[in-house]
Amino acid sequence: MIARSGQPAGQTFQIRARFLLALFAIAALVLLARAVHLQVMTSGYLAGQGEARHLRVAPISAHRGTVTDRSGEPLAVSTPVDSVWVNPAELAASAGRIPRLAAALGADAEWLQRRVAGNLGREFVYVRRHMRPGDAAQVVALGLHGVYLLREYRRYYPAGEVTGHVLGFSNVDDTGQEGLELAFDHWLSGEAGAKRVLKDRLGRSIEDVERIRAPHPGRDLTTSLDLRLQYLAYRELKAAVQHHRARAGSVVILDIGTGEVLAMVNQPSYNPNDRAQYTAALYRNRAATDIFEPGSSLKPMIIAAALESGRFEPGTLVDTGPGYLRIGANTVRDKHNLGRIDVATVLMKSSNVGASMIALALDAEYLWRVLSGFGLGRLTDSGFPGESAGLLSHHGHWRRIGQATLAYGYGLSTTTLQLAQAYAAIGAGGVRRPVSLIRLDRTPGGERVISEATARAVIDMLETVVSDEGTGEEAAVAGYRIAGKTGTAWKHEAGGYSRDRYTSVFAGLAPASEPRLAAVVVLDEPRGGEYYGGDVAAPVFSAVMTDALRLLAVTPDRLPAQPPGIFVQAQESP
Amino acid sequence: MLVLWLALAASGIACVYAKHESRKLFVELQRLEAARDELNIDWGRLQIEQSTWSTHGRVEALAREQLDMSTPGPAELVVVKP
Repeated sequence: MIARSGQPAGQTFQIRARFLLALFAIAALVLLARAVHLQVMTSGYLAGQGEARHLRVAPISAHRGTVTDRSGEPLAVSTPVDSVWVNPAELAASAGRIPRLAAALGADAEWLQRRVAGNLGREFVYVRRHMRPGDAAQVVALGLHGVYLLREYRRYYPAGEVTGHVLGFSNVDDTGQEGLELAFDHWLSGEAGAKRVLKDRLGRSIEDVERIRAPHPGRDLTTSLDLRLQYLAYRELKAAVQHHRARAGSVVILDIGTGEVLAMVNQPSYNPNDRAQYTAALYRNRAATDIFEPGSSLKPMIIAAALESGRFEPGTLVDTGPGYLRIGANTVRDKHNLGRIDVATVLMKSSNVGASMIALALDAEYLWRVLSGFGLGRLTDSGFPGESAGLLSHHGHWRRIGQATLAYGYGLSTTTLQLAQAYAAIGAGGVRRPVSLIRLDRTPGGERVISEATARAVIDMLETVVSDEGTGEEAAVAGYRIAGKTGTAWKHEAGGYSRDRYTSVFAGLAPASEPRLAAVVVLDEPRGGEYYGGDVAAPVFSAVMTDALRLLAVTPDRLPAQPPGIFVQAQESP
Repeated sequence: MLVLWLALAASGIACVYAKHESRKLFVELQRLEAARDELNIDWGRLQIEQSTWSTHGRVEALAREQLDMSTPGPAELVVVKP
């Protein structure tokens, strides 16, 4: 080839080669500059973006602590379940298979169509919560795009309605809503952790990369309840409420030595595992939240104050004749004219006149201090959410008639739990201990209300109530000495006291020689004809205590006189 | 200079190796934790099952109806004194 310009062919080639080389060099420099820019100037941003494409933070779920009774029987357990959620936009691509998905979910196909179509703008829509893991696995096995599982926990209450009120329940997100579940939510609830996972283009996690935060599972809670006693009390109360057609009822059993609640049951009840029909009235733990006028079941506390003041002794005579006592325009009445009786008989026969005269003889402030010392009008330390403090007006507001009616339990209100606490204080030799719904490892300190001698004298008097002469004969338990008091109170309603609606109460201690258990039985509005505390509530006390004392292996303190020879000498097996 | 380069390369490789090792161990940990959770779940389920079967109401009904058992009355009791 010959160059037209006349220059030698070799020289032209040299120029073109250099030119090309320069171009390549410039290109290389540009690339290098770009590389430096990316690697050095913006590397942090780019690395972050890169990781964001495939590294994700995924939660590690932590389960809620278990609630057990005092011996470790499970009362509330969280079991894992799977919630199914969909990404509507992804699922819409395979809309034709939605009916199959609906079938696997056990849902209505049309509803699911609407749910998917109506939420196309979102990325996360629940379609079914809390499925059994096995069923949920079948849903995923359909292989649809945009269907995912989320591990959640469902609370299960093996004892059902027997412990329903005390435990309360947690909601679908495993947060406590009522009862102990609410009171100890911070203790029970776990804290979810977080981990980094590697995901592929389709968002499936391929590999766990590292842990960011360790999950903290919830701690377990050991309640003070004894499931055996709880069941027993529930069974007897339910039977009594049905038999007497009562509107409601409660039973509380306290361990006198420690103040622990061994049983707390109510009627009507509900099954916490099935909350389809929520009715507030069924869910209330009446034993702690509902107040009533205790009626004559308050008299032991009045008598205790009287003995403690030193102005009365069990043998001091009180003239209750002629069976009524006029105070201004009001009259306090007894059922029968009991005449001149001693303080012990006032309690045994439940004389309103006698109790009123004793209360009126005491200084109002002193009486108030003792009643308040028994925990009346004050919250117990149970910590139960929504607990009522009851009602005990300040002695400055008492008038003479108020002080007189107080003596037989009108004009003040208590909860079943409070009344049980007051009786437990008598049983514990005059020391009021805080009530606990949690198992205690050591006996908590108490507050002395009355002297030990006074407490003993009151217990002895209360024992005469549970005899064939007293009003609480039906509370008797074979083999044990029982001390207790009946109470029957008219219910207060708008405009005064009702004459046909009652609260029937029995409160007692067992065994009387060395009290271990304090129990209070309350039946609200029995409508079966009988309404006296001694007829309605005392049999429940007897039935519950008979089995409770046996279950707790309390030594009988009143063995029936048996023919000689029936006592067998314990022998060591050869 | 050459020594520094070599040291840098070696530390780079070591770093990658350590990272890989840590991921491997983490995966192993996750696997074991998953296994532990699975066992815990089983245990919880068995616990629930056991307590459902041993509900006092159920046991009492079985004892009374099927096994014809009853609580002995005071007259049937013999008290053994030590």
